[in-house]
Amino acid sequence: MTDTAVRVRGLRKRYGDVDAVKGVDLDIRRGEVFALLGPNGAGKSTTVEILEGHRQRTAGEVSVLGADPAKAGRGWRARIGIVPQTSNEDPQLTVREMVRHFAAYYPRPRDPDEVIEAVGLAEQATRRVGRLSGGQRRRVDVALGIIGRPELLFLDEPTTGFDPDARRRFWDLIQGLAGDGTTILLTTHYLDEAEALADRVGVIAAGRVVAVDTPGRLGGRATASARVSWRGPEGPQRIDTDSPTQVVAELSQRFGGEVPELTVTRPSLEDVYLSMIGATK
Amino acid sequence: MTLALKLGLARGALELKTFVREREAVVFSFGLPIVLLLIFGTIFEGEVGDTGVDFRQYFAAGIIAGGIMSTTFISLGISIANERDDGTLKRLYGTPMPRASYFIGKTVSALVLSVAETAVLFAVGGALLGLEPPATPQRWFTFGWVFVLGVAACTLLGIAVSSVPRSGRSAAAVLNLPYLVLQFISGVFFVFGDLPSGVQQVGALFPLKWMCQGLRSALLPDVLLAAEPARSWEHGRIALVLAAWCIGGLVLCLTTFRWKRRHER
Repeated sequence: MTDTAVRVRGLRKRYGDVDAVKGVDLDIRRGEVFALLGPNGAGKSTTVEILEGHRQRTAGEVSVLGADPAKAGRGWRARIGIVPQTSNEDPQLTVREMVRHFAAYYPRPRDPDEVIEAVGLAEQATRRVGRLSGGQRRRVDVALGIIGRPELLFLDEPTTGFDPDARRRFWDLIQGLAGDGTTILLTTHYLDEAEALADRVGVIAAGRVVAVDTPGRLGGRATASARVSWRGPEGPQRIDTDSPTQVVAELSQRFGGEVPELTVTRPSLEDVYLSMIGATK
Repeated sequence: MTLALKLGLARGALELKTFVREREAVVFSFGLPIVLLLIFGTIFEGEVGDTGVDFRQYFAAGIIAGGIMSTTFISLGISIANERDDGTLKRLYGTPMPRASYFIGKTVSALVLSVAETAVLFAVGGALLGLEPPATPQRWFTFGWVFVLGVAACTLLGIAVSSVPRSGRSAAAVLNLPYLVLQFISGVFFVFGDLPSGVQQVGALFPLKWMCQGLRSALLPDVLLAAEPARSWEHGRIALVLAAWCIGGLVLCLTTFRWKRRHER
């Protein structure tokens, strides 16, 4: 019980006569970073919003930090942090005013200035939120999400619209939080993000969880056949094989040393993901 | 409860800070009643009936009531509709903030802005139109309770009406129509007693008419009673109608308030 942060069984959500979520099961352990992947409209956001207490479910069992989010009160909300998909800070307030104000909502908040420092906005602390860049605003969202020292943090597509450098710095921040023991449920469209941050990945498609595994093993990636390609005298060559080491050794012998343009690849997380969600269509 | 109050006051302070920093809001929404007072104060002339009361003073009392409605009903209706639309409400819902704190904050900021608006209108009306503050303690008392009941009723109605516009963008248009119409039929722009009786009856259903009448009774001499349809200030009825709107507004708030957009359930 204490090991489990989120437990979901047979979750269903119906809008009118459309089933958006058709029986989702999910277990997220404490201290884990769990990434939920899935195309738009797959039921990902609906599932997360039910876990956050923002939406009512049609059927199923849901336990988040030992409580039912549909009935949980202030004490429970003090233990979770939510970084929503869209920023909506008041543009007229400064970063510090905003973060300090939200700190007052929580029983044992982090120090506002430390949080501002942690999200990399120390230099912008006295600047109004409306004058920040998109990436900086997103970091204010994260600051507001973690100010209450949450045990469980929901991150909904946190890096959409980030430049690559900002995204790397953001990942460092999230890894730091995870290192402190915060359980994190991340939704994202970026597979490299899931691969970099998540301990485990769940793929949701057409209202169901179709796979849950570590990023490296998802969809049998680790054991899938590898593709060896190189340039031979007659042009580019490739072989799909379960024993790539042997193939490379033979090639090396044949070329008497270096094999021109040699690469050995396994399916990327993206390949696996696309084949999974493609199969449900 | 003390925490809810403390956080509510903090939210009120934050709302006021935001308002003051939003220069457009200060100039245009806060300034509108003042501009109206200036424009009509210089255009209108003459007396109300044969009472000897300057029509501009009659009009000034109405504009103060209209100003209260603008800083409560209109401002709150628009700002809450926007906050629902942009997800501010949803974010607050996801925190342990006591729900009451949000409403306390809105009420505090609306009250402070109403006091400020009224003070400015008094200053401008006094300097240019000869409007004088209540003459006796008893009239101050009348002014006080009419002001408080009017602010309370319009605040609750503003919170309730914020659920009506489909989006934040349409909120200003949706709210300004009833506001404008009410100003015409409640005795702000025209002497109430001069309106056709059917229009008077419609106007009497809504709080603005009673706020105007109450403020006139506090600010203008009793000779004006000759021009009032009831030949009386009807203080009891004013209190009753405004209190009824407070209760109705509160019931609407409690039953219809949404923290999320329409489709989010």
